[in-house]
Amino acid sequence: MSRRILFLGLMAFAFGAQAQNVLIRNATVHTAGAQGTLQNADVLVQGGIIRAVGRNLANTGNAPVVDAGGKPLTPGLFGGITDIGLEEISAEDSTVDADLNLKTGESGLIETLRPEFDATRAYNPRSTLLAVARVGGMSFTALNTGGSLLPGQGGVMRLDGGYEPLRRTPFIRIGSSQLNESGSSRAAQFMLLEQAFAEAKLPVAGDPRLLTAAGRNALNAAALGKRFLVTVNREADIRQALKLSSKTGIRIAIVGGAEAWRLSDELAAAKVPVFLDAMDNLPGSFEQIGASEENAVRLHRAGVSVSFINGNDSSHNARKVRQIAGVAVANGLPWEAGLAGITSAPAKALGVDSKIGSIKVGKTADLVLWTGDPLDVASTASVMWLAGKNTPLVSRQTLLRDRYLAPEGPLPRAYKP
Amino acid sequence: MSKTPLCLAMAFALCATPVQAKKSKAAPEAAKPAPYASTYRPITSPPVLLRNATVLTGTGERLDDADVLMQDGKIQAVGKNLAAPQGALSVDATGKWITPGIIDTHSHLGVYPSPGIDSTGDGNEMTSPVTAEVWAEHSVWPQDAGFAKALAGGVTSLQILPGSANLIGGRSVILKNVAATTVQDMKFPDAPHGIKMACGENPKRVYGNKGGPATRMGNMAGFREAFQNAEGYRRQLDRGETPEPNLRNETLAGVMRGDITVNIHCYRADEMAQMIDLSREFGFKIASFHHAVEAYKVADLLARENICGALWADWWGFKLEAYDGIEENIALVDRVPGGCAIVHSDSSEGIQRLNQEAAKVIASSKRVNIDITPEHAIRWLTSNAAKALRIDDRTGSLQAGKMADVVVWNGMPFSTYAKAEKVYIDGALLYDRGNRALQPRVDFILGQEGQP
Repeated sequence: MSRRILFLGLMAFAFGAQAQNVLIRNATVHTAGAQGTLQNADVLVQGGIIRAVGRNLANTGNAPVVDAGGKPLTPGLFGGITDIGLEEISAEDSTVDADLNLKTGESGLIETLRPEFDATRAYNPRSTLLAVARVGGMSFTALNTGGSLLPGQGGVMRLDGGYEPLRRTPFIRIGSSQLNESGSSRAAQFMLLEQAFAEAKLPVAGDPRLLTAAGRNALNAAALGKRFLVTVNREADIRQALKLSSKTGIRIAIVGGAEAWRLSDELAAAKVPVFLDAMDNLPGSFEQIGASEENAVRLHRAGVSVSFINGNDSSHNARKVRQIAGVAVANGLPWEAGLAGITSAPAKALGVDSKIGSIKVGKTADLVLWTGDPLDVASTASVMWLAGKNTPLVSRQTLLRDRYLAPEGPLPRAYKP
Repeated sequence: MSKTPLCLAMAFALCATPVQAKKSKAAPEAAKPAPYASTYRPITSPPVLLRNATVLTGTGERLDDADVLMQDGKIQAVGKNLAAPQGALSVDATGKWITPGIIDTHSHLGVYPSPGIDSTGDGNEMTSPVTAEVWAEHSVWPQDAGFAKALAGGVTSLQILPGSANLIGGRSVILKNVAATTVQDMKFPDAPHGIKMACGENPKRVYGNKGGPATRMGNMAGFREAFQNAEGYRRQLDRGETPEPNLRNETLAGVMRGDITVNIHCYRADEMAQMIDLSREFGFKIASFHHAVEAYKVADLLARENICGALWADWWGFKLEAYDGIEENIALVDRVPGGCAIVHSDSSEGIQRLNQEAAKVIASSKRVNIDITPEHAIRWLTSNAAKALRIDDRTGSLQAGKMADVVVWNGMPFSTYAKAEKVYIDGALLYDRGNRALQPRVDFILGQEGQP
């Protein structure tokens, strides 16, 4: 069955001019939206956009038809907050561009508070990590940046090989990894952040004690409409981050949030979404003594929007986010919330839900057909469409596999495709 | 941002002390236990009869509607309609799946424990590229919260290795996964020590500016020199003489004499071939290559040499030597006649879900029409692992007379939704998902108000 689907998928791909049109018939459509799950349903895509979702759709425009054979169809998945395209080999510095590490001066401050840093300028969509993530069913990611309290901006990237982010996302980092640049105290981190936001708002360029002029502009622009992704784990620090948010008027999301469950009600009341790794269940540091595999379900029960990230090996193994969502479900999270955590919830938290993250009329047709339950590691992606275009699930890894799968033959393997 | 698994921690260390290995010769008077001996004592339990489950024996068999009887810490019988002996606890396991206890051949629990802070980082003796004299068991902190989480994932035995910073990192230790105050109380009785060696990038990265090795050829020279230096020591032992005490040579001679199993952290296919040549030069046998993301390129060679691959399901790209990782590595090592594939963790998270790691391999292999049954795949985390550690005569499969290390799962184990419900070690129920009183909690997390 799955081979037939693949074949049909490739046929659709071969249609060339019509490549962005497709009618997927007879799928179990997990919309990750208000429609929930639709059995034996069809999805019609025209010009790369979802035009209709429902049973027995008319094939307006005569799009190529793919029979899904009842298999699950989901939106393209969120690969987490990653360095995909910003990092080829983690241990090879010459291939890593995610973090800003300017040399610090005596105070160390001007150099480290650089909200104007835009990591997406280093993004390389030809990186092998994109195809590997696609093979795992991932179609978008939030590019990360780090290295300081106010490390600048990443952005939301569709993994289709394009260069432009759907949206830029500013970051804040709080906690032990930033202690060196904040006088060895978490208290100083909140002090500096507050001062930076206050300085950015000064009507005229004042004494640039903390920020450059460009940094003030960037911070103001970001504070106007964007959600800051705040990496923080300890309950007490999350509480301070919420205070910082209300005091400075910025919107935030919590990233990491190992102890976020202890503040479920406060996070729900403040409508602050949380990006977490549901496998984070060990007291790996003194900032996450309260880490629990029930973090996701407890936040969900309180009404907090939960999205999933891979907190460990986030980029090369972005595909693991699917397993992480499944582990949250295995620990009590409702299945629909697990799927939402790798589709609609992150899309909304990142401000790109008008375009991606659910199967809904008007959205970009980033879709994945699965061999079985998409939250179970026992399943794999069988067909992927990006903006309606069949995107072969081929990566450097599948090519290596195929090269060594067959017997060697008369010539060395270097002569194989 | 990614906390990349640089795996400085590494894979196998051998842990058999010659004193233990030569127990029969020494035959000391009972009053004087050997130094560093295991003081592990199984917890006693009445007989337990698990009834009517799907049983994966670890030997490649699957038995439906079958029973498992444990008595006196041992597997007594596996089969249909077994009779419960006098005083036995009878457990209805209808709908459940039963497997041997999981064995992780590559863990750093206790030597890189939680919390992972400077004061607990005891896994890499990064003071010299050859530290064959150190023993991982002297670093293991039994209060690592990771042990209990691994138990909840069905892990009943594990090998703790020194890290991979050094060419020769030291001896490993094999533990039973029981809560204890001392590591001696966890040591798997009469298990051989292992040695941990590491090829490739890590040693040259760590020592490149500290006197070398700075290159892969420097790595090889370092290995050869270390073994050459130990040859005299070994010859004296072989002649029955008593050599001048030397901890480093004692370990390396133990390797060459076959008392210590060899675990080599090695990623690239070509480097594995170099290490096989090294083993020929000094006459030792390699038990397994760890991590070995390119094992699929030399699967035939590994099978021919009877070397296991202790592997991840999907790690790749964190170093150049890990760049060629593929999701079917384990399956390609496994499919060769005589191939020995092991799913290992090298991770306090991965060790909790080795069943899911295997499930990923089964799923990705299906894409290329390699069908792997549950009864076959379970060997990757049980009997094959036991074989590589040379404890397969006592654990790793559900056969009469073996240690009653047993996991009862809520269903087919190769799924994200699978959970170990009950874990028995030597016949005693030491983890019960439904009973908080049977879930160990280490001292470290006691009284921490943030704890769930």
